[in-house]
Amino acid sequence: MNTKTIKDKDISLIIGKILRCGVYLSLSVAVVGGLIYLVAEGNHTSVQHNVFIEKDENLFDLITDTLRGVAHGDGLSIIELGILLLIATPLTRVIFSLWAFNQEKDRMYVVITLIVLVIIFVSILTGFGG
Amino acid sequence: MTTLAFTLVLFAGSILAGLLGSLTGLGGGVIIIPLLTYMGVDFHYAIGTALVAVIATSSGSAAAYVKEGVTNLRMGMFLEIATTIGAVFGALLVASKLIPTPIVAILFGIILILSAVNSWRKKPEITEQVCSKMGKRFKLTGAYPGPDGPVRYGVKNVVGGFFMMMLAGIISGLLGIGAGAMKVIAMDNIMRVPFKVSTTTSNFMIGVTATAGAFIYLQNGYIHPALCMPVVIGVLIGAMGGSKILLQSNTAKLRFGFSIFILIIALDMIYKGMTGQI
Repeated sequence: MNTKTIKDKDISLIIGKILRCGVYLSLSVAVVGGLIYLVAEGNHTSVQHNVFIEKDENLFDLITDTLRGVAHGDGLSIIELGILLLIATPLTRVIFSLWAFNQEKDRMYVVITLIVLVIIFVSILTGFGG
Repeated sequence: MTTLAFTLVLFAGSILAGLLGSLTGLGGGVIIIPLLTYMGVDFHYAIGTALVAVIATSSGSAAAYVKEGVTNLRMGMFLEIATTIGAVFGALLVASKLIPTPIVAILFGIILILSAVNSWRKKPEITEQVCSKMGKRFKLTGAYPGPDGPVRYGVKNVVGGFFMMMLAGIISGLLGIGAGAMKVIAMDNIMRVPFKVSTTTSNFMIGVTATAGAFIYLQNGYIHPALCMPVVIGVLIGAMGGSKILLQSNTAKLRFGFSIFILIIALDMIYKGMTGQI
């Protein structure tokens, strides 16, 4: 019993680290992208974003487009990469929990974590529909 | 207005939103939506940007709470089944245009009022050791470090809490907010979890809930990098400043004043939705 609580504490510490590093990393990337974007386009007349342009792009295309833009040093693409990293942060935490519950041989929570991952996967799949 | 000026105004406004959200306990994401709407940004972009801001602020503060050992990781994971299902459903409701935008704006105003009123309530400390059968079966009981060693607690009404969480998830996916107040109600009032545990665990869950909705927003073009960059960074700076102020002073009056301000914004959003200005 005692060793188990120590292990739970380690898991908490690692999860805390994953979240903090994820936020710092994604924001640093977004700041770099933001500076490049503002240097390039800061003096142009602003797009007011008052008209919504709907997109129907699946995650795979979105990531490839983003990476292509990053390779060209495009500011907005680098910000987009930061946003993708930010969204991936809680997901990384869930995947780590899956590993941790498996280490603890807590089969019930391995299944519960898998269910959460499947639901998130379904949300990604909705972009591949049309 | 040049892009630089627009970005700077957005950045300054987001710092204020983060500060306000942290002082009132509502979270920065909620206040981003009216801020962007007042600046003329389309409502779809407003909720997309807010959801990204929510992931940043909740992950940032969850990182600190988790280390203290108050967050109940198993309860969080178990209830995330409910919140993520809700979030996917809610985000699909918006993306498929089943619910018209003015209705979403009105709903946003109502949720904002409920959250503001909820932040005034005094929370009694619950220390019930009894635990329901469901709570035991899913290993939801826990303990958090108190001044005299660990404080143990039980969990009640798991099914009721689960459904309330699903509702919180729908609201989160529908409005691009964390719906933290509803998560706390589910855990506090229904499941009878101690306040300390419910606030930290709800904060912990917000990130994953928002992520489930964010993938749908992302693929439908709700998340625009030019808006997200100044907003997310600004809200985080504001939220950090707010938590410092909270530690230093007795902020009861300040909080009350701000929540009146938020009520006015909420009523205005409802009015704009009803008159079709959104």
